[in-house]
Amino acid sequence: MNSVQKNDLRLLVLGVVLFAVIEGAMEGGFIGSFWKLNIILIGINIILSASLNLINGYTGQFSLGHAGFMAVGAYVAVILTTNFHLPLIAGMVGGGLAAAALGFLIGLPTLRLNGDYLAIATLGLGEIIRIVIMNIQYVGGAAGFSGIPHLTTFPWVFATMLVTLFAIKNFVNSNHGRACIAIRENEIAAAAMGVNTTKYKVMAFTIGAAFAGVAGALFAHCFYIISPGSFTFMQSFNYLIMVVLGGLGSLTGSIAGAFVVTALSAALADWPEFRMIIYALALIFLMFYRPQGLFGYVELTKLAPFSRLRALKGGREE
Amino acid sequence: MDFGSLLVQQLINGVSLGSIYALIALGYTMVYGIIKLINFAHGDIYMVGAYVGFFAITTLGWGIFPALLVSMAVTGLLGMVVERLAYKPLRHAPRISVLITAIGVSFFLEYATMYFVTPTPRTFPDVFSSAGITVGGFVVNGQQLLSFAITLVLMVILTYIVQKTKIGKAMRAVSFDTETAQLMGIDADRVISITFGIGSALAAAGGVLVGVYYNSIDPLMGIMPGLKAFVAAVLGGIGVIPGAMAGGLILGVVESLVSGFLSSTFRDAAAFAILILVLLFRPAGIFGKNTQEKV
Repeated sequence: MNSVQKNDLRLLVLGVVLFAVIEGAMEGGFIGSFWKLNIILIGINIILSASLNLINGYTGQFSLGHAGFMAVGAYVAVILTTNFHLPLIAGMVGGGLAAAALGFLIGLPTLRLNGDYLAIATLGLGEIIRIVIMNIQYVGGAAGFSGIPHLTTFPWVFATMLVTLFAIKNFVNSNHGRACIAIRENEIAAAAMGVNTTKYKVMAFTIGAAFAGVAGALFAHCFYIISPGSFTFMQSFNYLIMVVLGGLGSLTGSIAGAFVVTALSAALADWPEFRMIIYALALIFLMFYRPQGLFGYVELTKLAPFSRLRALKGGREE
Repeated sequence: MDFGSLLVQQLINGVSLGSIYALIALGYTMVYGIIKLINFAHGDIYMVGAYVGFFAITTLGWGIFPALLVSMAVTGLLGMVVERLAYKPLRHAPRISVLITAIGVSFFLEYATMYFVTPTPRTFPDVFSSAGITVGGFVVNGQQLLSFAITLVLMVILTYIVQKTKIGKAMRAVSFDTETAQLMGIDADRVISITFGIGSALAAAGGVLVGVYYNSIDPLMGIMPGLKAFVAAVLGGIGVIPGAMAGGLILGVVESLVSGFLSSTFRDAAAFAILILVLLFRPAGIFGKNTQEKV
């Protein structure tokens, strides 16, 4: 077992312990139903922000269409579970695959664009997805899809979250991930070094879309109804904010960002009129004083409890 | 109504809607041209303009033209304040930071407005006779004439400012090459501030006209037109002023045709579809020049 696997094992143990604590608190009745729902939402948002981070933070492709992929995943999943009575896992896989397929189809032409143009094109595509769904009567149109079974539970969300985080972590640390980071740092230089930039950009985009679809599936089964109004570009902004707040190119940051944003908006739920004002000001001041986010390019595994291990390994740097 | 006359009627609607998009798009394109920022808050500036106009008309009891001027002045000032407080400190920051800040400013304007004026939509007073005139069997109503005429006047003024005055020359210079312009003694910060001011004032005019045209304003009204105006700016070639005007008109006409002949629910999708087609096949836009990427 090499040191990387040891590190993974530690993280896994940490995750399981965390899960046991939260699940215990939920079962023991220490957490009310409001916060129960919000803990589930935090888990889902971690999946979304981590997958968006793969596209925006690691590969440097500014995507603002994440809510669209989430919507596709959510709708495909609810069709499978509600109309075909399949289990949740089938919905998640189906939703993920559908979102991945769409991500691939959309990514192939649009990823030729860069910077602001890509941002605005993906934003537009996300909105087109939403408007198309709104016009499909089979899934309820603008009124939404109702009668969805309540299948999302905390263990499901937590397990999916762990799988997502490990999958993205391992992808980023693989050859493919290195290629993606090279593209982020300098696309022309990466291409000159023989990186097939289109291939890796589309790959990152497709993987990100797939996990967004899975998260959409989980999200849809939290409530009894979903409607196209839940997947506007404001949602995409929300995930972008989580990613940037946590730190671009840091999975720890994505977790922290999703946690802070979701918990903050839940805590401020009693003052809806101030919630967004505080949120907006927090965002602006964060950009002034810490533009790299809370954990800019730093991972939890680089921090204190893990650093001893790194010293033993001889300080292997990323 | 047969096909031909429906077409002409939709064209008339489209041109008047498009002239409002063009007004908003001008602000986007000028700001983008000068500091390469997609000012996501621009749509909300337009919303604030509509509210200032609304209160000038209802609370102060002014007519449409003084209200329009006051709205443009106040909102222009607001645009400059936003630039000074939120964007100027980030002049040398990464682009994504400025973009996130713009999203933050957008949220702030929306929800601060919502806090002060409540989220309920307001009915814009009927200040301009909607009695239409009939030209060869087609109805052009008063609001459509008004928005088209005001847009035309503002565009002429803007073109004059940009092409003939000293500040316009400075704006073009800064947009072309900021550093060289500064070496030539142009105060770039001041030029950027004035650009924001002019862009915001144009958006405010658009906001008041939309209020007159649709009779209803609300604090979130700026989101969609803001995005559409950005589409218009990209369509015409971002950073190019005549492009924004043309892009706005084209977008307005296409939207009217789609909602007239297909379904109004696809109206928004049409705008974004145009955007994606333009980006894929002619990213520089109709009037834009293709620039080669340099290493």
